[in-house]
Amino acid sequence: MITFADQLLVLVMLINFIMLGTSRLAFAIRAVAVQGVVLGIIPGLLHQFSGHLLMITASIILAKGVVIPWMINDAVRKAQIRREVEPFIDYVPTLLLGAVFTALAFVFAQRLPLAPEHRELLFVPASIATLMTGFLILTTRRKAISQVIGYLVLENGIFIFGLLLTDAMPFMVEAGALLDLLVGIFVMGIVINHINREFSSVDTSRLQALREE
Amino acid sequence: MIHLLVLLPLGGALLAWLVPDNRLRPLVLPTIAIPHLLLSLYLIARQTEAVHGGWIYLDPLGKITLLAISSLFAVCAVYAVGYLAYRQDRSNRVLCLGLLVCLAAMSLVTLCQHLGLLWVAVEATTVSMAPLIYFNRNARSIEATWKYLMICSVGIALALLGLLFLAYATHVAHQEATLLLPDLLKAAPGLHRSWLHAAFIFLLVGYGSKMGLAPLHTWKPDAYGEAPGLVGALLAGGLVSCAFLAILRVYQVCLASVVELAFFQNALIVLGLLSMAVAAVFMARQHDFKRMLAYSSVEHVGILAVGLGIGKGALFGVLFHLINNGLTKGVLFLSSGNIHRSYGGKTTEVVQGALTRLPWSGGLFLAGFIAITGSPPFAPFVSEFSIISATFATGNYLVGGLFLLFLAIIFIGMALTVLPMVMGVPRSDLATSDYRDGLLTVGPPLATMLLMLWFGVWPPEMLLQLLRDGAALLEVRP
Amino acid sequence: MVSSVIHVVLLLVMPPLLLGVINKTKAAFAGRKGAPILQPYYDLARLLQKGSVFSTTTTWVFRAGPVVTLAATLLAALMVPLGNHPALISFPGDMLLFAYLFGLARFFTTSAALDTGSSFEGMGAAREVTYACLVEPTLFFVLITLARMSKSLSLGTMFTYPSLQVWLTSGAVMLLLSNALFIALLAENCRIPFDDPNTHLELTMIHEVMVLDHSGPAFGMILYGAALKLFVLGALFTNLILPFKTGNPLPDWGIFIVAMLYLAVLIGVVESVMARLRLVRIPQLLVAATILSAFAMLLIVR
Repeated sequence: MITFADQLLVLVMLINFIMLGTSRLAFAIRAVAVQGVVLGIIPGLLHQFSGHLLMITASIILAKGVVIPWMINDAVRKAQIRREVEPFIDYVPTLLLGAVFTALAFVFAQRLPLAPEHRELLFVPASIATLMTGFLILTTRRKAISQVIGYLVLENGIFIFGLLLTDAMPFMVEAGALLDLLVGIFVMGIVINHINREFSSVDTSRLQALREE
Repeated sequence: MIHLLVLLPLGGALLAWLVPDNRLRPLVLPTIAIPHLLLSLYLIARQTEAVHGGWIYLDPLGKITLLAISSLFAVCAVYAVGYLAYRQDRSNRVLCLGLLVCLAAMSLVTLCQHLGLLWVAVEATTVSMAPLIYFNRNARSIEATWKYLMICSVGIALALLGLLFLAYATHVAHQEATLLLPDLLKAAPGLHRSWLHAAFIFLLVGYGSKMGLAPLHTWKPDAYGEAPGLVGALLAGGLVSCAFLAILRVYQVCLASVVELAFFQNALIVLGLLSMAVAAVFMARQHDFKRMLAYSSVEHVGILAVGLGIGKGALFGVLFHLINNGLTKGVLFLSSGNIHRSYGGKTTEVVQGALTRLPWSGGLFLAGFIAITGSPPFAPFVSEFSIISATFATGNYLVGGLFLLFLAIIFIGMALTVLPMVMGVPRSDLATSDYRDGLLTVGPPLATMLLMLWFGVWPPEMLLQLLRDGAALLEVRP
Repeated sequence: MVSSVIHVVLLLVMPPLLLGVINKTKAAFAGRKGAPILQPYYDLARLLQKGSVFSTTTTWVFRAGPVVTLAATLLAALMVPLGNHPALISFPGDMLLFAYLFGLARFFTTSAALDTGSSFEGMGAAREVTYACLVEPTLFFVLITLARMSKSLSLGTMFTYPSLQVWLTSGAVMLLLSNALFIALLAENCRIPFDDPNTHLELTMIHEVMVLDHSGPAFGMILYGAALKLFVLGALFTNLILPFKTGNPLPDWGIFIVAMLYLAVLIGVVESVMARLRLVRIPQLLVAATILSAFAMLLIVR
């Protein structure tokens, strides 16, 4: 089963590329939702079936696959934008950068002193690659919504690493982290609405009134 | 009992949500905050038991932070009643709700013995504070909120990664992966070194950005500058204390792991001095007094970090300074809120002669300035002095010298902003304001200032014992 | 012996049939009756009977273009295994020759286009070369990955290697490779969404515009060469995605032929449901395909 989980991680990394390459926000949101659902399935493949596991899987899929995408979609709808126009770095270069980062993630993971049973698996490189993709989206896109998506991807990357350590993160903590993420995205959605109302745009490069003279 | 510390504010939050009247709602804040303070004092005075399999336990470090948070919140809650009476133009429902949820989360931070749960609580404080910064509903405050939200969320996410690395260090060392503090301390010496190293870097960066250590402090001036005074006070005194407690927990693990301590201490000293330097540079010629207070917060976070980096000897001062910084910042932010309200501006071009126009608030602001820059007879003097003397006593002359240099520059820089503000005569073309110093808006900061004076001149033995207990946790290897 | 005869016959006869199937599929999608499936054969026969007209400004390069292109493609075709049947020519390292034979063919097609001196054809040549630069890395990454997986440098071994077992253990890699190869196949053969083989507007053409000046048998050779190229790359693709083999030659031929026809239908479906991409978007898709294949290689090499 763990090899199948490994194959799913390839899908996760592919979704990273899709998000780096697309300019349509609705598409990126759908991609991040799919990524969340895939990540929700993986714990189910790694462990023995139990009610506890079912709860975790269900809550992750519900939160990352349904609720959060719905909230971001809502923000997109209210802001009436469809595309990320003019990112700081264009799509093809970011795509290539993403590929380079992914390659580096593999090289880096190779050199990490991993536990022997994790050495052959894709979890660590996938985690680092997803994390870097999140950072890339966060820093190269102007629209507030794209940045939220970047933050989600970053969070997903950390989540992948957490999959190796389910015994250290009991359900309470897992649920708490998920709830924090949900509320965080909810608040970000509200703030995006206000940004849109105040600036008639969700372009964060317009947020530059506050600085030292 | 111990659960009430979290449940009481949560119940209060629900109550605040339900109260329909905008005038009555702020009264919920002191109704909750004062019992919370009493409960905290009761729990601090007693020996408490660990509950929930050791997840929840109030140890001396938690007690110190709880004391700082709960008393600061009580002060802010009383002040809020007076302040919000002047802000009836907008609904304070979200503000009251957010404040109480934040109190619950901050209390939880002090109780956590499981680093994962601690992380959840710290993240909860981050999120619950965001809507409060946006209380003024204008373009500048929305910008500040967005920057705060993005930088802190990403920072906290990195801290989570650090935690996972920490757990992985136990896994690689063939022990059961855990993040429960007592178990972690026991296992620490045998943990895998490289993973510990990575974990500490990420935890320091993550919680450091939340605390506002340079170079991750950039959100601070914006958020402090645009938030209402009482929110600024809670950001500078409450959230900073929570994030610092998280760093203290990491420090405990470092201490137990023996080999990583020196590295972590050096990193803390470097970041601490950098923060003080940044504060010194930006505080000079700062026209916006709320932004100036933000840089002062960066400075004091730096002082805490340097003190922790010095370690043995300075720890008593660090823990004392944690309380002092929180409460003194409370005085400064609350009185600056009053001044802002009265003058309708927060730059030195507008605000002049505050002592004449607002004798109480102006006076408190001046006293707060004297206290925060570490002048006797106030408590921050005692704590800063003990940190500096420990620095020289341990032979860190360069660190101590830079420390003193930055303090001196900051004193001058801050004085150049503060003195023209409070001295002199008010400009004649000022618009009249409906704000008058009243018992509710001046009383709380005044009480806090007196508390600082008391702690500075003749600190109670119980407090000193608590601080010694806390310092012992950070000095002696378990 | 029988197998080899079938091999050669299929190689020579089947390619235009694929075009016929594609056109029929598109017609079905558009609700038309469409040309007969054998129409490409009639076209070829018609063209071969016609006389040729050569512009006086052209040189021998223009005449050599179609011939060299067809010859190179034919030679490349001999190196490709069809289904479970080994290639007719096979030696270690033939994957490089294979790739460069396509390069040679392209070089002569574009040179012939430039030789006419027409601005339209020059534009087409420029586009063709640009996109080829972007497709080639994909093709190479796919080949290198397969070479690494099968531990062989010969196309014959590389493309008979994928089995059910391989798909089960490294399905993700195989999926990446097949997707990348499919995109490369569409781009190399100038199909939608990269180029529209049926367009009538010179400005948007890529491949068609380069061969405007050719006529008669030369044009027939070009059409036949293009079909053959589609057949060759299609054979590689079906080998990759079809891990089933019976071991018995005749059923294997059956499976291969059916698979190729399905591929033609698939291309027809893609052409029917997708619009042609804007020219500026094409590099984006090609870079994405390169990344897919590079990623597959990364997963294998690590």
